[in-house]
Amino acid sequence: MKSFRNAILTPTRRATLGLGAGAAATLIGAPYVLRRARAQGDFDWQRFAGEHLEVFLSKNPRSALLQEHEAEFVELTGITVGSEQVPEQQHRQKQVIEFTSGATSFDVTMTAYHVQKRLFAKGGWLEDLRPFLDNPELTPPDYDFADFSAGAVAYATQADGRMDTVPFNIDPWIVYWNQDLFAEAGIAYPDTFDGMLEAAKAIHAPDKGVYGVVSRGLKNANTPVWTGLMLGWDMEAVDAEGNLTTTSPEAIAAAELYKTLNADYAPEGVVGFNWNECQTSFMQGTVGMWIDGLGFAKPLEDSATSKVAGKVGYGIFPAGPTARHSPLFGSGLGVSAFSPRKEAAFLYCAWATNKVNQIRMLQSGAGAPCRNSAIFDPEVLASLAFPEQWAETLVESARIARPGLPVIIPVSEFRDIYGVALSNMISGADPADELARATEQFRPVLEKSERA
Amino acid sequence: MSVEAPAGIALGRSGNPAVRRWQYLLFAAPALVAVFLVIVFPWAFTVFMSMHDWGVVGSRTYVGADNFLRLLSDSRFIESIGHTLYFTALAIVLPVVLGVFAAVVFHRSFPMRGVLRAIFIMPMMATPVAIALVWTMMFHPQLGVLNYLLTSVGLPPSLWVYSPTTVIPALVLVEVWHWTPLVMLIVLGGLASLPTEPYESALIDGASAWQMFRHITLPLVMPFIMVAVIIRAIDALKTFDTIFVITQGGPGTASETINIFLYLQAFAFYDIGYASAVVVVFFVIIVVFSLILLWARQRTLWVVDN
Repeated sequence: MKSFRNAILTPTRRATLGLGAGAAATLIGAPYVLRRARAQGDFDWQRFAGEHLEVFLSKNPRSALLQEHEAEFVELTGITVGSEQVPEQQHRQKQVIEFTSGATSFDVTMTAYHVQKRLFAKGGWLEDLRPFLDNPELTPPDYDFADFSAGAVAYATQADGRMDTVPFNIDPWIVYWNQDLFAEAGIAYPDTFDGMLEAAKAIHAPDKGVYGVVSRGLKNANTPVWTGLMLGWDMEAVDAEGNLTTTSPEAIAAAELYKTLNADYAPEGVVGFNWNECQTSFMQGTVGMWIDGLGFAKPLEDSATSKVAGKVGYGIFPAGPTARHSPLFGSGLGVSAFSPRKEAAFLYCAWATNKVNQIRMLQSGAGAPCRNSAIFDPEVLASLAFPEQWAETLVESARIARPGLPVIIPVSEFRDIYGVALSNMISGADPADELARATEQFRPVLEKSERA
Repeated sequence: MSVEAPAGIALGRSGNPAVRRWQYLLFAAPALVAVFLVIVFPWAFTVFMSMHDWGVVGSRTYVGADNFLRLLSDSRFIESIGHTLYFTALAIVLPVVLGVFAAVVFHRSFPMRGVLRAIFIMPMMATPVAIALVWTMMFHPQLGVLNYLLTSVGLPPSLWVYSPTTVIPALVLVEVWHWTPLVMLIVLGGLASLPTEPYESALIDGASAWQMFRHITLPLVMPFIMVAVIIRAIDALKTFDTIFVITQGGPGTASETINIFLYLQAFAFYDIGYASAVVVVFFVIIVVFSLILLWARQRTLWVVDN
């Protein structure tokens, strides 16, 4: 567990950039470097020409990008593709329903690591991709698996070593801040949780319609905010032994901070806000800080819809009392274990996560890719349409990133049960009481999931 | 010349009663099969699943009444019953009262009545999810038009669906806007079918407009109102889309109805056994509710006294 934390997204090949590479990180990537080195020779992209693939994607700008360039894959391989983007929640449900039916309408699908990793492993629903990656007839020689950041590879690897997806994107959380409001209050972007609280206090003026901070209050969506804050106490919601730490003093302190930020310094009604309501409030220029994933630069910098375009500061998640981490989320692409065209499906995954597509993701602001060649290439970073600070924050956040949600099977239940508790806190309930009650409710669910 | 039935028919009609019963059954069989497949089997299977620990992965084990006992001690489920009843009561009463009022108004003749009627029933034609998304924007405490309207006439802003205390009435507001026109249509049809004689004699006897409404219109139109109540009750009990889209059952669990709770158990937690138990209990609640409504409807029917 410890090595995993250190390894998260530390670059393995570009350690010279001074971003710090852990030995553990290198170890995770090493076997693939060797295997890939052997993968030379003429690669036959057309070997599955004439086949047809169904690709089932979650709706987001990154999937849209894949669809936009789909013709490139069709031309390269002669494989025809039918792809579909479905809103996140429905996407996850449909996957489970299809997988449990024992036959899937799709060959390739997108997986959210922070929600589905353990569930999919338990179901054995995705094909282990290691044999494919080892097979020079299936993996293009320029695919260069070692280019994937060690942290992303670790995130994609199951506890038993299976790799049922290739990493697609990561989403570390940052703090967007309104430079005008900070200047008016005469303060700088805070480095610590205490500083964040003071900044929120200094900016907050509800009579004038100005609020200190905004973050998700809607149940379920709000849980990562709290578990993200907990990382500042060097604490995850489920420890390495699988025990819940959700009633620990650190968990309560994080919940109290969450409550203070949202109940005292956020817009009224934040209890019903998901990220989109937060984004809308922040884009109006009336909120000092917004805590969320780093993929929102594009709408925020769009002067047609955003009043804060050109005035957004991109801040690294502040440090807690004992640690500084950026809560990490991410997704990968996998091949359905029920697909009759697994090899062709893998070719799609290999194409979708190749260097060109990963750089495209970064350049369009659709998200943060998993390849070091995209994240750490100065040329790529210089070509971005977004402020330099965004790119710097991305690189540094990736370096200090750590999973934002526990890697357990019942993630949905975890998010729902603790999400209700957090919502109740915003409406006035006591953090310690609510966490105790939620833990009492959740513990049997977790235990059952481990037993079954 | 004596008339004799053709031999074939005579055999079919007057043959052995047992044979005749089989012949009838033959005709009913397709319908029976359909009913069995789409109603009886799913129902029985739900009951079967409700007695199992049934997840999407892992083994399925028989647990007897465990799921039902768990429901009894699940405060969130008990609360969801309360929320469902509260929501349903408001979502029946308000549209029915307003719908009857609107029907009485639109029953009178005045200029542009046809156009105004058409405009009034327009909300009914909109898609619930689209409506819910629009209302979500209107409910926004800082940026929504509702608070803008309130504050521009000097009233304090409301938190609408963003506060545990106002969320259910605010959600009912959407229902009222959406479904009052339906009640109006049903009652308007009833009003058009009423005889005019009672009104003539009431006028001769010197009854006031209110007296005529209270003692003639209302009793006569009551069977139609009951139809509207039954339709509203069915719709309100099964409301899912608007609540799910606008609040997802929140803040916290303040607007979590049985449907939302059920959906969560089945499709977010994949706890199929437990969700089936919820369905069984919900089914019992609906049966009881239907019996009460049917009894009420019987009481309002016109009694033709020959």
